[in-house]
Amino acid sequence: MVTVASVARPRPSDAASQQAWDIAALVCDPEVPVLTIEDLGVLRSVAVTADGTHAILTPTYSGCPAMEAMRDDVMAALTGAGYRNVTVELVLAPAWTTDWMSEEGRAKLVSYGIAAPTGHSGVRPTGTVRLQLAVKCPRCSSLNTRELARFGSTSCKALYECRDCLEPFDYFKVL
Amino acid sequence: MIDHGQADVAADPDAHGHVDVDTVQLSAELVEAASVASHDIAEYALWLGDDSLVLAQHLGWWISRAPELEEDIALGNIALDLIGHARSLLHYAGAESGRTEDDLAYWRDEPEWRSAHLFEQPNGDFAHTIARQFIAAHYLFELYSALMNSTDATLAAIAAKAVKEVDYHRDHSIQWVLRLAQGTEESRRRMITGLSDLWPFLEELFVDEPLIDRLEGIAVRPSSLRALVEAAMSPVLAEAELGVPRGFISSGGGRRGDHSENLGPLLAELQVLARAHPGATW
Repeated sequence: MVTVASVARPRPSDAASQQAWDIAALVCDPEVPVLTIEDLGVLRSVAVTADGTHAILTPTYSGCPAMEAMRDDVMAALTGAGYRNVTVELVLAPAWTTDWMSEEGRAKLVSYGIAAPTGHSGVRPTGTVRLQLAVKCPRCSSLNTRELARFGSTSCKALYECRDCLEPFDYFKVL
Repeated sequence: MIDHGQADVAADPDAHGHVDVDTVQLSAELVEAASVASHDIAEYALWLGDDSLVLAQHLGWWISRAPELEEDIALGNIALDLIGHARSLLHYAGAESGRTEDDLAYWRDEPEWRSAHLFEQPNGDFAHTIARQFIAAHYLFELYSALMNSTDATLAAIAAKAVKEVDYHRDHSIQWVLRLAQGTEESRRRMITGLSDLWPFLEELFVDEPLIDRLEGIAVRPSSLRALVEAAMSPVLAEAELGVPRGFISSGGGRRGDHSENLGPLLAELQVLARAHPGATW
């Protein structure tokens, strides 16, 4: 059965590849260090064959500079664990979406002080108003928040402020 | 060409989405690349990649110069997305002739660029930049929405990725058009001037060059986007109480290498470092 989890975290079925997957899966996003690439859904495949070990990542945003660090970290993690002939590729299809972020990852984001994506992705129909569910303040859980800037400290985040506790916070945008 | 694309999709669905950003691995990959664009597809990828790269280069100028800090960051982020699209497209375009994305970005002279004149237009004041963004993002959104259905799987993958990001760019430009048009007398005056100065360059985006006839099902026919782009922009203009600008239409020619006076200086800045220090890395 195709579930969100199986699409988001396609862990291989053979034991050798699973072992390598579990090592690569521990690599963290350099910009959001509480999230692993497995939490994000960025790790797409790990395959151990006689020729070597091949991992596939997908970028979150097309121009995200963190991708190169993640690719190097996966390379280092697998090589450090003794794997030979490690190659890491980036693929664009299927396009990454915040829907692939794990529940565990969402909880870790909130405790780190970043509001998790609210709602599901989907290109909206033409219109001048973007329908947006209320974003919950990661500090005081108030829904009385407002967007300060749609583009924040990294491609994936927007800047919000809480009108109750008055603190600014990052929000991981739905993509 | 259509047969080629479909055959590859059936053989290896993943191969087409492959875009490697590592230039070291990239040169090795060119040898056995699963998806090398035909000459015509490479030319088309160059059109789209050049539009995005030129626009990104313009937008980067605003970092530290925008009206507020959040806008420095917004325009910088938008530029970064566009560079990402340009890299994927130029990487794909270059594979056919054995050139890397950097070869194409830094070592082509002005007549070899394929950007449309809209993207080359100077930043002007902030309202001009927003007017250019408003037109560009609406065009790119409809373009990539349609290109997702291309029979060329690499172009479809790049489009499916880009369209979600361009949706945010479109929203950004809409918010500013409304805010400037409904702000002060001065901001409204500038928004109107910005739109009337940029509007003449809309037409070129809808011109069907002969290349398009050879890429049926692969490329998006530019003329098919006109109604969609206009229909998406018109409610915003109505809400902002702005009329659709009327006036002269630019003769265009960017797709054939005939550029405005604005591209040369932009390329000089974009390319100077790579040309002064060939092969430099940091």
